[in-house]
Amino acid sequence: MNPDIDLLIIGAGPAGICAALSAIRYNLNVVLVDQNHNAGGQVFRPLPAEFSNPSPPDQGSLLRQQLADSSVRCYFEHTIWNISSDLRVDAVGSQGPVHWQCKAILVATGTTERVVPFPGWTLPGVFGLAAATIMLKSQRMLPGTETLLAGCGPLLSAVATGVLDGGGKLAGIVDSASRWDWIKTSPKLMSRPDLSWQGAKWLHQIYQSGTPFYSRHVIEKIEIAESARLKVTLAPINAEKRLLDNPRHFIYTDSVVVGNGLTPSTDITRLLRAKHHFDRQLGGWVVTTDSECRTSVSGIYAAGDGCGVSGAAAAMKQGELAGLSVAHDQNRLDEHSYKRQETKIKNEWLKASRFGRAMGGLMALPKGLVMNIPATTIVCRCEDVTRADIEAAIKEGATSMDQIKAWTRCGMGPCQGRTCSEIAAELAAEKLTCTREMLGYFTGRAPLRPVSLEQLTGEYSYADIPLPKAAPL
Amino acid sequence: MRIVEKTTRGETVSFSFNGKSYTGYKGESVACALFACGVKTLRHSPIKGEPRGFFCLMGSCQECLIWVDKQKKPACQVPVSDGMEIASITQEDM
Repeated sequence: MNPDIDLLIIGAGPAGICAALSAIRYNLNVVLVDQNHNAGGQVFRPLPAEFSNPSPPDQGSLLRQQLADSSVRCYFEHTIWNISSDLRVDAVGSQGPVHWQCKAILVATGTTERVVPFPGWTLPGVFGLAAATIMLKSQRMLPGTETLLAGCGPLLSAVATGVLDGGGKLAGIVDSASRWDWIKTSPKLMSRPDLSWQGAKWLHQIYQSGTPFYSRHVIEKIEIAESARLKVTLAPINAEKRLLDNPRHFIYTDSVVVGNGLTPSTDITRLLRAKHHFDRQLGGWVVTTDSECRTSVSGIYAAGDGCGVSGAAAAMKQGELAGLSVAHDQNRLDEHSYKRQETKIKNEWLKASRFGRAMGGLMALPKGLVMNIPATTIVCRCEDVTRADIEAAIKEGATSMDQIKAWTRCGMGPCQGRTCSEIAAELAAEKLTCTREMLGYFTGRAPLRPVSLEQLTGEYSYADIPLPKAAPL
Repeated sequence: MRIVEKTTRGETVSFSFNGKSYTGYKGESVACALFACGVKTLRHSPIKGEPRGFFCLMGSCQECLIWVDKQKKPACQVPVSDGMEIASITQEDM
């Protein structure tokens, strides 16, 4: 029992780190938990401890250093599997099960990547843009001997340049957006001229490389070709992202990396029965917070991309605000100091989110893209559930996400719907002619990640269970 | 597959997957170390029996689940170590 934990932060990405550093300024006792071996999250992914990097320290390493020099107690390589309503957090680490009793919890778990299915998307050698980023940044590995990139949003160019910088070969880049989609966004992107300039440099580097670039195209299917290569069929799409009849392009490659935007991770907030709202531009279902990062559940706060895709800079500011908010709620600073800090950070957060939200908007899930999915294509990878299976369930009377899950097993597998729920929901809403809001989401359940009984009980065996003597009849 | 520029790796490690021997570097995840050795298929899907490899690499999708230390763990979250024995999860195991 650790009743001295004032704030437990889940997720050591930009929001989590900044919340921790902010909270300790007001003498809070802070614990920071992350599944990875070090802090940084996705955007500031650290190299393994065994690798050495001669490059000058970047923002990620500076944040990690600040964290290491602080009083924040970090529990890395710990996987949280349950949080109960009385704010007890249960996790598994390399040493076995751990739990913490907390006064407040901050959920800063960011987003997961969304991939719209197509025939062949489950083949080995086909994986996410975010996955390719992890390979490049934190494993210093190319995503393939030759790689095709597809999808939308800023991650496309980021991965492309990562591959080129690493000496890798690109088979092509397939962007579902049109040049007009990008141009429409550029006024908002101008709020961060430094990042826009970075983006322009990336595009120039890609152009210079001679990599074939397909605008307003998608992958129609992937098939296995000779010598274990992959044959990718590209198709043009219209403004609604529906497939056109025009001739296809065929590309042969080793790896295909695909990503259609980011969606907030809501497994913890759904488990805690917090209120959520649906916002397509912010990434889908988003936990509802007030302007001081409080969710609808007392003691539970949220910050970062999990509250709506807004980028790393905004996440850092919102994390700082969350730390301040928790300190204020726990009476650690006077009203005047609080108001001064609050106004300052909120203004900085607003400025920072302008760019991030514009980028986020480019990654919003377009319904048309989901409608292209053929009936026999797998939607739920864990349980091999196809689009046809989901639509059949609706025809038989399923009217909610939980019912679709019960009928088809979609969302019942090890990933608990993290990979498929958005796609399944989009298909279901179309079939039921209802809104995403009306349809809802899968009810959150423990365990948050698969965990074995052995990991939880350790050395404890059947023989150790104390059996009370039976009462006399 | 491994980027050499601006990177110094640690020691090499020897590990096995389904009885075959492979080499990786300390600090690499099982998923990436196998990928660098050309192993992309980690298991087969439980119902249709189709080949699967890693997908998200961040411990979310659970596609890369493998048997290691008598536990089912995502290969992307397990760092390779010397002498590690890894096996595919069969359709029955899932």
